[in-house]
Order: sequence, then C-alpha cells, then structure tokens
Amino acid sequence: MRVRILVSFKDSVLDPQGQTVKNALHTLGYDAVRDVRQGKVFELELEGATRKEAEALVPEIARRVLANPIIEKFDWEILKGR
Amino acid sequence: MSAAAMTFGVVQFPGSNCDFDAYHALRRVMNRPTVMLWHKDHDLRGVDCVVLPGGFAYGDYLRVGAIARFSPLMQEVRAFARAGGRVLGICNGFQVLLELGLLPGAMLRNKDLKFLCQHVHIRVEDARTDFTRAAKKGQVLRIPIAHFDGNYYAPPRALRDLERNGQVVFRYCDADGAVTAEANVNGSLAAIAGIRNRAGNVLGLMPHPERAAEAVLGSEDGRTIFESLILSVERRPRTRRTAEAKARP
Repeated sequence: MRVRILVSFKDSVLDPQGQTVKNALHTLGYDAVRDVRQGKVFELELEGATRKEAEALVPEIARRVLANPIIEKFDWEILKGR
Repeated sequence: MSAAAMTFGVVQFPGSNCDFDAYHALRRVMNRPTVMLWHKDHDLRGVDCVVLPGGFAYGDYLRVGAIARFSPLMQEVRAFARAGGRVLGICNGFQVLLELGLLPGAMLRNKDLKFLCQHVHIRVEDARTDFTRAAKKGQVLRIPIAHFDGNYYAPPRALRDLERNGQVVFRYCDADGAVTAEANVNGSLAAIAGIRNRAGNVLGLMPHPERAAEAVLGSEDGRTIFESLILSVERRPRTRRTAEAKARP
C-alpha cells in the first residue's frame, strides 16, 4: 500500500516561506492568491498493511516522527492498495 | 581544593560541527576533564554535564534536531536530565532538546529566511541558574550566532508558563541591554535566545558560548556560562589562583 502524508504548519503558526512565495506570486500579478502555506509531502510504501492497520500506523508515524505537533499538522491519504 | 574537578561530555552526532570547538573551550580554556560521547553509545561515562554542540545533526533532515533525538545516546541523556543531570544545548543542541521534549517549544525558520552568522547581544534575565551564576542579572553578553532556524516559538500557554516560572534565561538585546525588535534578529517569540527547564538543570541557547571563550576570538563573554556551570558543581569561586593551580604543566 502506498500512502501520502502532508505535513504543514498549523494555522496559528506564521509560515515565513509561504509568505515569501505569496509575495512573489503577487509580484508576478497573481492577485487572486490570498494566502500560501508551504508544507512537506511524504510517500510511504507499506508492506502488507491492511487499511485498518494503516489507519493506526500512519497517524502514529506522522505524530511521532514526520510532524512536530507543536507547530505542524498533518493529513494523509491512501494512494494505492486496499 | 577538596571537590573534584567538574567533568564534561560533548555529544557527537553525524553532522555535528562545533563538537571540537566545545571540547577546546571546556578542556583547554576552562581546563576541565572533557570526553567525547558518540551518539550510538549508551554510556555517559559518568560526566557531570552533557553538552549538545552546534552543527547539523543527521543533516537536519526532516526538521532540525528531529532525527537526533532518536539516537541511543539521547535516551541516556533524557534519563540523565530527568534525574537532575546538567545538560547544555548549544544552537543545534538546543534544537535537539526541543525535539526531545526536555525543553518546551519549537524552532521556526528565521523571520527573514536568512542564515544568520554574526555577533549578537543577549541579556541575562536570571543570574541564579546553574548556567548564569557567574553573571549578574541584566548583564549583556556578546556572543555569536550561526543558524537558519532560531526563531523560537511556543504556543501561548507554554510561553505564559515559561515567563511565569522565570525560565527565559537569555533574550536578544542591543549593546545597552534594551530588548528591541531590531535586536531580535531571528524574530524569536519574546526575543527568547535561551531557556531552561522547570527544574533548572537543562538549558538551551542559540548563541555559541564556545565561540566566545577567548579574547583572540573577539569576546570572552561565553566563558560566563561555562564558569557558572563549574561553580555550580565545584561550589567554590574560581579565583585566579585556583585557575593557575589547575593549569596543565
């Protein structure tokens, strides 16, 4: 099974990189862009995991390692497999 | 001359690059027995104080300090700290202490998204800690920083607790000791440059005291922190005479 985990800053945390990208987009004339948040994407290949196992495993990995819960949040989805 | 000399251990991760600077400052400048501690070991070798040096542990992949906290030695450091052992985290070492949960908060990228490598001034907010007792409250130290991620952040409640418990030990300030937005070069919350844990035996700071421990380096202010630590363990004023008596032949 392949899963994708998206880690980004919590809304309450300032994201200076996202702000810089937003400013660049405005400079290029993309005035419709109201805000930009930058994050990280992880794709994990899980060996022989069922959907139920993945639902326990992936959030644990995300909370414990991939994201720092003090400043970051995460979302995840299954890309391939059951 | 009853108490034994304080001993230090400097932790080495792959990617540490201030480990030998710290060793030099402790062993040669402060003249105290100092050993290197390898991140894969399980033994702190009986040292009185563990120093987590600056650098880029494990390449700072994922997040600064994020991988280093899982190393075998850090589990020992965590137990050592919880038992009251003194731990000093410098720059990357501070970031590792945050990830390890020995200190509250997290580091964000510097507000202007620049790697900052320069001398800064920090003000001693509390001179009663084991890391500052050789200083005076309000004293201004001139010590260099060198980091990309030193923009200290803590959720509102954690910040309130830090302030209420007097855990903010150093703040960025100008040469006169005034905490200004301009002097807070990385944008840290409440201009925080260094904090301690509640018990007072763990301290992390972004500036590098080991790079300001000799006049030839442009500042000796960093010695204050090492002198404080030594004072806290050896429990006697470090007079010139004892310093000379301890000097190596």
